[in-house]
Amino acid sequence: MTYKVIGKRVRRVEDPRLLTGGALFVGDVNLPDMLHAAFVRSDYAHAKIISIDTSSAKEIPGVVGVYTAEDMGEAWEPGPPLVSPPPSLEGVTFNSCRQVPLVKDKVKHAGEIIAVVVAESRYIAEDAVEEVYVDYEPLPAVTDLEKCLEPGHTLVHDELDSNLAAHLVQNKGDYEAAKKEADLVIKRKFKLDRGAAAAMENRGIVVDWDQKNQHLMVWDATQSPIPIRNGLAGRLGLRTHQVRVVAPFVGGGFGPKIMMFYAEEMVLPWLTMKLNRPVKWIEDRKENFYATTQEREQVQEVEMALSKEGRILGIRQNIIHDTGAYDPYGLTIPLNTQSHSMGPYDIKNYSSELSVVFTNKIITTPVRGAGRPQGIYIVERMLDIACRELELDSRDVRRLNFIKPDQFPYDHEIIDQAFTNLVFDSGNYQPAYDKAIEKIEYDKFINEDQPRLRAEGKYVGIGVVPFIETTGVGPYEGARVAIEPSGKISAATGVGTQGQSHMTSFAQIIAEQLSVEVEDISLVSGDTAEIHWGTGTFASRGAVVAGNAVLAAASDVRKKVLKLASKILETPEDELELEGGQVRVADIPDKSISLGELAVLANPFRGAVEPGTEPGLESTKYFGPAYGATAFGVHGMILEVDPETMMIKIHKYVTVEDCGTMLNPLVVEGQIHGGVSMGIGNAYYEKLHFDENGQLQNASLADYLIVGATEMPHIEVYHQNTPAPNNKLGTKGVGEAGAIPVPAAFAQALENALPNYDLEITETPLSPNRLFELLYRQED
Amino acid sequence: MDNTYELNVTVNGTSYQETVDPRTLLSDFLRDGLGLTGTHVGCEHGVCGACTVLLNGEPVRSCLIFAPQVQGQEIMTVEGLGTVDDMHPLQEAFREAHALQCGFCTPGILTTLLPWLEENPNPTEDEIREAISGNLCRCTGYQHIIDAVKLAAEQMN
Repeated sequence: MTYKVIGKRVRRVEDPRLLTGGALFVGDVNLPDMLHAAFVRSDYAHAKIISIDTSSAKEIPGVVGVYTAEDMGEAWEPGPPLVSPPPSLEGVTFNSCRQVPLVKDKVKHAGEIIAVVVAESRYIAEDAVEEVYVDYEPLPAVTDLEKCLEPGHTLVHDELDSNLAAHLVQNKGDYEAAKKEADLVIKRKFKLDRGAAAAMENRGIVVDWDQKNQHLMVWDATQSPIPIRNGLAGRLGLRTHQVRVVAPFVGGGFGPKIMMFYAEEMVLPWLTMKLNRPVKWIEDRKENFYATTQEREQVQEVEMALSKEGRILGIRQNIIHDTGAYDPYGLTIPLNTQSHSMGPYDIKNYSSELSVVFTNKIITTPVRGAGRPQGIYIVERMLDIACRELELDSRDVRRLNFIKPDQFPYDHEIIDQAFTNLVFDSGNYQPAYDKAIEKIEYDKFINEDQPRLRAEGKYVGIGVVPFIETTGVGPYEGARVAIEPSGKISAATGVGTQGQSHMTSFAQIIAEQLSVEVEDISLVSGDTAEIHWGTGTFASRGAVVAGNAVLAAASDVRKKVLKLASKILETPEDELELEGGQVRVADIPDKSISLGELAVLANPFRGAVEPGTEPGLESTKYFGPAYGATAFGVHGMILEVDPETMMIKIHKYVTVEDCGTMLNPLVVEGQIHGGVSMGIGNAYYEKLHFDENGQLQNASLADYLIVGATEMPHIEVYHQNTPAPNNKLGTKGVGEAGAIPVPAAFAQALENALPNYDLEITETPLSPNRLFELLYRQED
Repeated sequence: MDNTYELNVTVNGTSYQETVDPRTLLSDFLRDGLGLTGTHVGCEHGVCGACTVLLNGEPVRSCLIFAPQVQGQEIMTVEGLGTVDDMHPLQEAFREAHALQCGFCTPGILTTLLPWLEENPNPTEDEIREAISGNLCRCTGYQHIIDAVKLAAEQMN
């Protein structure tokens, strides 16, 4: 299909406000008579609270109140289970333990909230936090994923028998039978550790209870305003129309801003209703490390059975996944890990046992990648190791095992994060893989560049890793599109923006349908006053799920436009055309009417709207896919290791992405660049170091190293388009793709760069220090 | 103890006389005192660069400076660079090259680059990377920012 606007490199509608300092972020909301909150957080990862003394804090001038769990009375209740355990599997164990607004008896991770101070300024509130005295009885911290399941181990949740949060087994085919047929069976243990999402904007919330109007206004840096609205109404005993949640411009999300509800999101609304004054809290960076959710921690034992030709006969996997102190987000991450542990390969036999454990660490919820990088890491690492043992070219082995184009839709016979069957809708893997091999100049590097550079004493290596990304899952999203009397278009969706360019990409879809300029479309995303139904921004699904809802609404408005214009212009619909905000009779250009005039006529002040019709040129539509749209990509990198410092320099980085129809290639490329930067962090710089007491050792941006401009390579982005067959736009998600394969590609390239060290990498994130340890250990 | 301070400062060409608590950070003074919320606070410990403003033309981290330290001096924030209808060529270039996504770090990057581009009118890619190495961006991977700086340099010359 040929588009005029969709697929074009349209510059963004939202940029002028962001570039001039005029865009509203939650931190910018300042209301008359507003109070400020600051939180007293636990210094211990695991401790009983003996007593809390708030008396001297309350005496500080400007302090309005200091509140503990006791003060909340009946309003105190844990957060809701955000994602329930999968209902469709038998034999699932799931122990739901949810986070609390203020801790009553026992703290379960460092940073958990014990009390809240409300004061006339943030400065005073923070002074008072220092004057709240908590008497603790420290307990041993549960931190080790494997040891924590041993009998008699300290418990995070005393009401449970063990630290097991969940357990399930997923099977496909018969792994044990496949193993008997195998020529090679390899087994490895992998350690995948934690990182932070570290959006540049910390979390924040401003709440304002209007007593006379009985209405609660909430500005929240959330990825999910509508469920926050619904949940708050329920918690506070209000109707949904009494709560409006606005997620204005949000300064990066990457997953953790959809953890519902954070303790602060439960405490602040209670405070404004109690005090009848607006209250503001903006998270600081230290709190962001201690209280905002994190991801990636797993220990996996993996077995892969192969034929001597390199055909993967089966995979067996034992995953221990760390959910942290609570498990509100259910099994989303580890189900994603399982869904990606067979990668893009046609594997008939798979057996995966998952144990989710509680620890005295910060809660884990999806962070860009959301379990997928772990799956891709283990399958790609196992393939690299197997190819060495079988003495096969890993490129041939990958090509041999790819799911072939005629095998789609490919049903993996296990369930995915949406609890539906893991079905890959479409794909064409080998051409994209070959393109990456070509663009990275694999043969030239291996045959010419690497030997020459090695002769010069340089340690250079290449890594090329293919991956799939399940995207665009349900349940649904909605969109409303309306033509205003001015002829301009208003639109809304519940999928808020954290930088993904919704105001432009979705406007392109509308512009295509209604033949108007992108600049004439004003799209609100993330305001519950503008649309009633929706879930949020997560799982690389905006372009697929909200995008197709926007398409449905815009095309319905187009139908209404043509129907009304046909009547007014006394011309059959099929002789009308839309162009430049006008409906014209095809052969008589002078016979036309503007969209604005039609909008006025569609909303008469006298007379009667015909039975069975609706006023206005407006439509609200929803889209809910039966299952997701599976994207594919390949990343290739050439890196050099400095043998003295173990610092690396990436000489070349190539990606080939297949995300189906691109709404805006400029935006797609931006998403990939950003994803890769996070992936490079995950691979070589960013690790959250917890000690045995559950204390985070590097809780600042000075110690936790986010990738800067000097660490980033130039990324070459190439595209392939295999349209998604199950949505009209043919889109697949791409938001998380960039981050997914990087640690696996990094490991492959490092091993290739250091052939004399017999290096086998089975952990991530690495770091210069850690690489040095791995090499030094092997030299001993 | 006198807990107030009479601050005279020029911000974006306008003179202000304000009474502040002496411990007020410059970032908070600009944002909450003057309502210039374009200056963003990302880390409050001088690492991320989001709060960068120009103090007498030089980039500084406004989260590491107390408001009284700028007594009698000149500040420029992102609001002084251009308006929605009349953006600076650097801002235009950022839009053209899709050099921002969430836009939270952007004001600090613009204020870092403004004086730097005047001193380095024909920068190379490596020089640009070095110039913005003190500004963290979690969205863009920096590549489109580099494209934008090259574009801006061409247009400003």
